[in-house]
Amino acid sequence: MSDTKKFLYINRKAPYGTIYAWESLEVVLIGAAFEQDVSLAFMDDGVYQLMKGQDTSAIGMKNFSPTYAALGDYEITKIFVEKESLEERGLTLDDLQHLVWEDEDEDWAEKDSIRLVSRAELGDVMAEQDVLFNF
Amino acid sequence: MSMLHLVNKSPYENNNVSTASSTMRSDDVMLLIEDAVYAAVKGGKASTMLEGHKVSVLGPDLAARGIAEDKLASDVDVIDYAGFVDLVESNDKVQSWL
Amino acid sequence: MSSIEANGKTYETDEEGYLADLNTWDKDVAVVMAQIDDCELTENHWEVINFLREYYEEYQIAPAVRVLTKAIGKKLGKDKGNSKYLYELFPYGPAKQACKYAGLPKPTGCV
Repeated sequence: MSDTKKFLYINRKAPYGTIYAWESLEVVLIGAAFEQDVSLAFMDDGVYQLMKGQDTSAIGMKNFSPTYAALGDYEITKIFVEKESLEERGLTLDDLQHLVWEDEDEDWAEKDSIRLVSRAELGDVMAEQDVLFNF
Repeated sequence: MSMLHLVNKSPYENNNVSTASSTMRSDDVMLLIEDAVYAAVKGGKASTMLEGHKVSVLGPDLAARGIAEDKLASDVDVIDYAGFVDLVESNDKVQSWL
Repeated sequence: MSSIEANGKTYETDEEGYLADLNTWDKDVAVVMAQIDDCELTENHWEVINFLREYYEEYQIAPAVRVLTKAIGKKLGKDKGNSKYLYELFPYGPAKQACKYAGLPKPTGCV
């Protein structure tokens, strides 16, 4: 596994005003087939992508927020959410979906995927990566 | 003379909400649609720019983004598409801050 | 737009035979889609098709084949959660072929 690379997808846009959020999710799901060490980061307006209770029925767009809950099945277990971005938007982790992954080695025990990090800590996470993708 | 100030971009992405709020005169109304609805979230930095102004928010855009009405700054008015039409009709001009 | 006839009803499909609107799906069209591929649907096929429909309903995507295999193993047992079993049922590729019969779009990333 020496050729495994660390990939970080950085999401900084709100979900419906532009196509970036959905495009990112599609690339993440396709890229998961390559079995790399994938993490996701949500900062700036990107934190809005994970808001719970999204209902797009009245705006005629696909609600793709349920798809984030499938990331655990794709072995994406590290989802970094940046604290300052939440705070300046008047949000807390309670406003976001509760995302989990199931650990096959521990009889499918559910574990939290979301890790709340400061902007500085996210900088450290970015520095550890081999490849950064921006959306 | 009254003007409807229409904003559709997130206040954390550019200055449109800020510019609109500082341009508004006393009879004017601001309508937040699409990503601009995030400006109305209580406790968010951008919500302070709405203080002292008449502000409406488009309900379907709030629902799409998972923002419950109890998350909103107290003095904003949630409207539907018909309310949008009423606002366009009841103001003399519409200024779209694109 | 192409279409498929099943039991007197017409179902619109794309050029690859996937349903244009997943809400128009029913068991009749699944059976006819399978007949076109010379495949007769058994209980084992339906287990996978129903699983895919439930997965789509919950997550709004068709799972990648690796994800499907693991999830089937967890839900229906290890003897079914392997690619040999799934490829025997769906020789054109479990994700592609089973998703088609389930009325779902082609899985993200499938070519």
